[in-house]
Amino acid sequence: MSQSLRIENLHASVDGHEILKGLTLEVPKGQVHAIMGPNGSGKSTLSKVIAGHEDYVVTEGSVFLDEINLLDLGIDERSRAGFFLAFQYPHEIPGVSNANFLRAARQARLPKGEEIDAVAFYREMYAKMDELGMDRKFTARSVNEGFSGGEKKRNEILQMMMLEPTYAILDETDSGLDIDALRIVAEGVNAMRSPERGFLIITHYQRLLDYIVPDVVHVLYDGRIIKTGDKELALELEEKGYDWVTKDLVPA
Amino acid sequence: MVLTPPDETTSRPANGWCAAPPVTDEPADLPAWYRELRESAWERFATLPTPTRTNQAWRFADLKHLRFEEYAPAAEVSASLAASLVGRAVGERPAGFAAHFVFANNRLLHAETPALPTGATCLPIAEALVRHPELVRAYFLRRDDVLGGEKFAALHAAATLSGVFLHFPKGCVAELPVIIHHFIGGEGSIAFPHSLVVAEDEASVSVFDLFESIGANEDTLLVGMADLHAHRGGRIQYAGLQDLSDTGAKHVQLQHTRAGRDASVKVGFINLGAEWIRNESVNRMIESGADCQIFSANLANANQEYDQRTLQSHEAQHTTSDLLFKNALYDRSRTIFSGLIQVQPGSHHTDSYQTCRNLLGSDEAEATSMPGLEIDANQVKCSHGSTSGTISDEEIFYLRARGIPAEDARKMISLGFLHGAIEKLDGDDLQDFLFARVERKFAAIG
Repeated sequence: MSQSLRIENLHASVDGHEILKGLTLEVPKGQVHAIMGPNGSGKSTLSKVIAGHEDYVVTEGSVFLDEINLLDLGIDERSRAGFFLAFQYPHEIPGVSNANFLRAARQARLPKGEEIDAVAFYREMYAKMDELGMDRKFTARSVNEGFSGGEKKRNEILQMMMLEPTYAILDETDSGLDIDALRIVAEGVNAMRSPERGFLIITHYQRLLDYIVPDVVHVLYDGRIIKTGDKELALELEEKGYDWVTKDLVPA
Repeated sequence: MVLTPPDETTSRPANGWCAAPPVTDEPADLPAWYRELRESAWERFATLPTPTRTNQAWRFADLKHLRFEEYAPAAEVSASLAASLVGRAVGERPAGFAAHFVFANNRLLHAETPALPTGATCLPIAEALVRHPELVRAYFLRRDDVLGGEKFAALHAAATLSGVFLHFPKGCVAELPVIIHHFIGGEGSIAFPHSLVVAEDEASVSVFDLFESIGANEDTLLVGMADLHAHRGGRIQYAGLQDLSDTGAKHVQLQHTRAGRDASVKVGFINLGAEWIRNESVNRMIESGADCQIFSANLANANQEYDQRTLQSHEAQHTTSDLLFKNALYDRSRTIFSGLIQVQPGSHHTDSYQTCRNLLGSDEAEATSMPGLEIDANQVKCSHGSTSGTISDEEIFYLRARGIPAEDARKMISLGFLHGAIEKLDGDDLQDFLFARVERKFAAIG
């Protein structure tokens, strides 16, 4: 079987409304794909469905992580299988320190009875925080509590760096970031690009793609991929707007 | 923790043990004023009615636990049990301390004072009564501020000779806490731990009381009191950890604070064990600039009932107080919080807050919150509130999305919730110790 994140004919609804209407795309290992689309096209639904959020019901289709059907797995199992979602709105967890949170996430990946090497863990976490320009005080602070928008997004990337997924979806990671934070976050992602890893980057704006240059760009509209192209497609969209791709659509 | 049964027990006393004050280990040369005080307390105990549910101060409380006549003064523990209890206390205590005392069944077993500052008096109460009678007299059992527990206060006053008297003179500062273990055991045993803490001007002292059972499943009653007096610019932290056997043990803990000019007092209650507890916390800010902070973290499961009543009494201008109580409830446990902020006439520029938060881990658990405000002054900033809720699905989703199994996620969030109150106390060692005990209880809940 191919080494890829494969989304096949995915239909999903929330509260009885169908949002994804047969979405198909494939991100081979080693590539970075971007999904762009107007508000309400289903971008965030896609990421929540793949992560396993219980508000969303998959009515048809499948999502494969290499040979594993992700939809057969529980939320935490998907993560341990190598999937990662960088949230658009990371949740605050009062009273749980960032360090303990990351440690628990790493511990969950070890075989039963095996304990994390605390010294090595902290060394690695500090090094990665340095790369992201995160102050050490963030280790003791409660997860995302009182973080600014940019700090939350950096924290998402830190988690991704610590958990080393094989496939990651970044859901509007650029929203709420100033240009300096955007560059740092993008550098973090670029440093993780590898032949062993695939990325799907969801964004509303082309700006992020100046920093994380995609191999393929998809346009999502009304729950389906309506156009796929190279990185030039993103520039064209930015210039011409989404009407440019949607006006060619044959009315249903 | 593995609890081994004690190697001796007292047999259940016959009805009517209440013929004389249940004092144990009484020194011969106690001052006359103390004997009088004790006699009058004993009379009060005999005449005061046992609380009933029609009493507003006992609203919602389950009073079936209050049967004084079924208890008798705890018997002395054997030498071998004493040695093992001291071993247990020494083996499990916060890393740094100024002094450490171990009591079992009202008797002192162990005392060490490695880091007491010069000038500080830190003695078992019975010894302090003999050696410093006038100093003790100024503070000991002089308060009758209670929130419904008059009968308990009277019994305690008539019986207590166990616990520690701490007097820190002007400017005397201890960086590390004084740790006091109180063990109780023996079917039908009752004991009376007391902590009397006095910080003179600019003095600073921290006290940590631990209440533990000798064995498991024994019907015992602790009636304890912590009495805190902070003078001008003085600082006191008092933390009480109740980690008694969660079946059979009952605990009443009465605490008073008197905070003088610019004094600050921090109080923390952590309840993990016992079948039934009652905390009464009376905090009086009697001179301008006084500040009181009261925190509590409670983890209740099975059929445990935790009943907590508090008063923040602002009796001078420019006084401040803050209260944060957090209850995590599982199974069929119950918590009761009743808190009152009282701003006395003329106590202008008061700043006072009160929050009770309940995290419900079961549909059958029941949390009752009764916040209250009485304001009789101007330019006052006061707020109070209580919330009850379950763990948010979005928080669980976020942790699970990072690979943390659902059960672990729930546990982390509940621990984090209680941590929010524990972290308000000073001292990293103390926080770590308390946090480890909370984790241990969580592991037992499963």
